[in-house]
Amino acid sequence: MALDKQQIAQRIAQELVDGWYVNLGIGIPTLVANFVPEGISVEFQSENGILGMGPFPVEGEEDADMINAGKQTVTLQDGAAIFDSSTSFAMIRGQHVQLTVLGAMEVADNGDIANWKIPGKMVKGMGGAMDLVASAENIIVAMTHTNKRGDSKLLKACTLPITGVQCVKRIVTDLAVLEVTDSDGFRLIERAPGVDVEEIVAKTEGRLIVEGDIPEMQF
Amino acid sequence: MNKVFPNAQEALDGVRDDMTFMLGGFGLCGIPENAISELQRRGIKNLTCISNNAGVDDFGLGLLLQSRQIKKMISSYVGENDEFERQMLSGELEVDLIPQGSLAERCRAGGAGIPAFFTPAGYGTEVGEGKEVREYNGKPHILESALTAEFAFVKAWKGDTNGNLIYKGTARNFNPVMATAGKITVAEVEELVEPGSLDPNFIQTPGIFVQRIFEGKNYEKRIEQRTTRPKA
Repeated sequence: MALDKQQIAQRIAQELVDGWYVNLGIGIPTLVANFVPEGISVEFQSENGILGMGPFPVEGEEDADMINAGKQTVTLQDGAAIFDSSTSFAMIRGQHVQLTVLGAMEVADNGDIANWKIPGKMVKGMGGAMDLVASAENIIVAMTHTNKRGDSKLLKACTLPITGVQCVKRIVTDLAVLEVTDSDGFRLIERAPGVDVEEIVAKTEGRLIVEGDIPEMQF
Repeated sequence: MNKVFPNAQEALDGVRDDMTFMLGGFGLCGIPENAISELQRRGIKNLTCISNNAGVDDFGLGLLLQSRQIKKMISSYVGENDEFERQMLSGELEVDLIPQGSLAERCRAGGAGIPAFFTPAGYGTEVGEGKEVREYNGKPHILESALTAEFAFVKAWKGDTNGNLIYKGTARNFNPVMATAGKITVAEVEELVEPGSLDPNFIQTPGIFVQRIFEGKNYEKRIEQRTTRPKA
């Protein structure tokens, strides 16, 4: 069975390391905060100016002056800090944030990512994504393996305008966990429970290394 | 020198057609609501606006888009505004989309007297096209230039009559960097106090960057994505 969004987030949360500062993008990545494993403590950075972001507020306690990068109302953890936009991107560009999780429309087998523009159709802008992917040491992409038409989103080369070059390290989709190798394309690491390797191969357009038995994800 | 103005109407004296403005805020959080209303009231046109976002259809900078007062936007994310997308795709509106960190740093550089800087963000993408590339520490970077504006409009929580400002929560965002980069920086605050009332240790924008200040009125502080969790 393909994973749902919550499960994708849950699998990504297994990658968290105690003490890390982590930036979560909009969409599935935001859900990762709900699955931080026990015994692990991380601080979430929101690029509009929060370190130590907490959960959404309970109804009645929303504060218009306290939002995350997705413009959602949020709360602060004890020990949180607030800062301006240039300080925020000093943290990001200066590689003080250890992990970035973001969504994508396409990922190429050399690690290029496209997630900000569909020419002539959707032009929302890149927000902080270009700064994040250009500087982050660890980038995990959270996305579905194929788009709504059923076409692979893991490609030989991106067809959409790219957000960053050769930057994605790991991808967690509804079907698989993959890593991006230095020069040989994607490598299959794990498959979703009940999903066979053939389906992943069929739905991956870019080069894909499959070596030995591929374990199922564990939850 | 008196920096205090009674209202937005007087504080915005001198704004004209064809000018370049910076406007603080992230989404609808920390936007200079009073200044935007006054710009709309004055009906000045052909404006270039530097702002991370473009508001929503009926609030924030979206108001100036509806009244076709903006010729060009310099922003990083404009996803919540249908009218913006329509004007951009039809070519009515010139748009320069730049990475959010580069936008913040370009404003910071503009205020700090640094004409340009190299950043890795945008290398190899449309953003990097035509820009000088240099390699530092084995990694390609692109040259980005500083931004300044004829007027910068910022919103703070508290300010004193010397122009010292304190922001609240994530309403800080772009306001402090933009405050430094305006030839004339107009700060609107929720509460204007006398010098000595604010602790100097907690001033976030020193008054030297602020030429005009006024106490704003009727803040709506609209929430774009009201999101809550169930009560435990």
